[in-house]
Amino acid sequence: MSWTPADPMVSLKDVHKSFGDLKVLNGVSLDVMKGDVICIIGPSGSGKSTLIRCVNALNDIQQGSILVEGLEVNDPKLDKLELRKKVGMVFQQYNLFPHKTALQNVMMAPVRVLKQDKAKAEATARALIKKVRLEGKEDAFPGELSGGQQQRVAIARSLAMQPDVILFDEVTAALDPETVGEVLQTIKELAEEGMTCILVTHEMAFAREVADHIYFTDRGVIVEHGPPATFFTNAQDPRTKEFLSQIL
Amino acid sequence: MDLIFDWFRVLYQETGINLPFLYDEYDRNRMVDGFLTTIRLSLVCLFFSVIIGVIGAWLQGSGFKWTRRIVNGYIQLFRNTPPLVQLYFFYFAIGTLLPRVENDWGGQSPILGSFAWAAISLSFFAGAFNVEIFRSGIEAVPRSTVEAAEALGFSKLQIYRDITLPLAFRVVLPALNNNLVNLVKTTTLAYAIAVPEMLYEANQIWSDNVNVTEMMIFLLLAYFVLVGVLVGAMNRWERAMKIPGYG
Repeated sequence: MSWTPADPMVSLKDVHKSFGDLKVLNGVSLDVMKGDVICIIGPSGSGKSTLIRCVNALNDIQQGSILVEGLEVNDPKLDKLELRKKVGMVFQQYNLFPHKTALQNVMMAPVRVLKQDKAKAEATARALIKKVRLEGKEDAFPGELSGGQQQRVAIARSLAMQPDVILFDEVTAALDPETVGEVLQTIKELAEEGMTCILVTHEMAFAREVADHIYFTDRGVIVEHGPPATFFTNAQDPRTKEFLSQIL
Repeated sequence: MDLIFDWFRVLYQETGINLPFLYDEYDRNRMVDGFLTTIRLSLVCLFFSVIIGVIGAWLQGSGFKWTRRIVNGYIQLFRNTPPLVQLYFFYFAIGTLLPRVENDWGGQSPILGSFAWAAISLSFFAGAFNVEIFRSGIEAVPRSTVEAAEALGFSKLQIYRDITLPLAFRVVLPALNNNLVNLVKTTTLAYAIAVPEMLYEANQIWSDNVNVTEMMIFLLLAYFVLVGVLVGAMNRWERAMKIPGYG
């Protein structure tokens, strides 16, 4: 069975995941089409982060199926490298390599993993750093950059691998309020360029603005989902209503 | 130079302070040889003990139960026994079990000499501590940094080489320095199996000249300077490895 762009780029079917006795995902299904931007929202501990960490096999699942461009993630014989070339990830704590400069952080994976020519990788990396508006910071170490700048380097690092879909795991949660905007702006530009994005976020205004579809999770299941226009104004489930009333 | 050497001869004649390794060419050569042997033995052991530490720490993190057990057994064995006993064990127990080879004069000699056994024994001794030191450094590397590398498609070996080890190295440098300083000092044990290192040669000289006091003072100062140079170099290295804005 080969994947075509008409099929969902990421497709979760009845995904179950538990850590020991703690059930975190209780049968989650969702489809993401190419170019879609979806936001997953929900209370803490509802399984949002675990959900996207399963998509690039940082967590394994006990039951169900996750297809990324037709590649079954829940397969013991999964070629993880193949999966991770397709899926990029940006983390809450940036997780840059502290002993490498911004430029080295961005060009390292293309050189090491994709075996790209160094000069070519460096040219791409410089272009990406410019794209996230950090020109002049190429030789700065992560410890010399602000949180927002580090997170933009992390986005550039992910883009350097030319992924088909990027997972954003609460990428603004650790930032100062005044630097949140610069990171969201970068993500918004990516979304407008047609990058497929799956975001876990607490930024409701942002979700409303960029998302094609919102998913609300609670206790390991998707309670409700819909396009932002109807989701925020016309939620049906009482749990969604209660959550929205607390944060809006 | 000769002027200086002669001055020490006069010093001996006038005051009785006897430093033959300065004015006597034969003793001088012995002392230089001893000094160079100590340096060589130290460098060989430093190198291999660090290699053992890096590989041991890697094996300790492996998924296979038996590799972890073997590494742990090795650490226990070498950490909980005196280094002199280890040296004797290698030289007298294992050394005599190995086949002998014919030497240049048609006689029989052991396949490995005393220098080689001292190098092996002390490398394993210091290596056992280095495994533990590197392991502590590896554990200090945040799981999330490793995850970021995983998400970028790095293989396990690439992560160890490019991310974990360089970060762990910076964390453990002070502890590593300590152990390597200890290692250089422990090379004097090689005296016990007649490796012609500095202590051994000094002993030869004081036996011939009966100048024990002078030789003891010299030895103490010589090791003080030697280890001082090592510590200075390691501190410089530590500073050079420092990452701006980190740690």
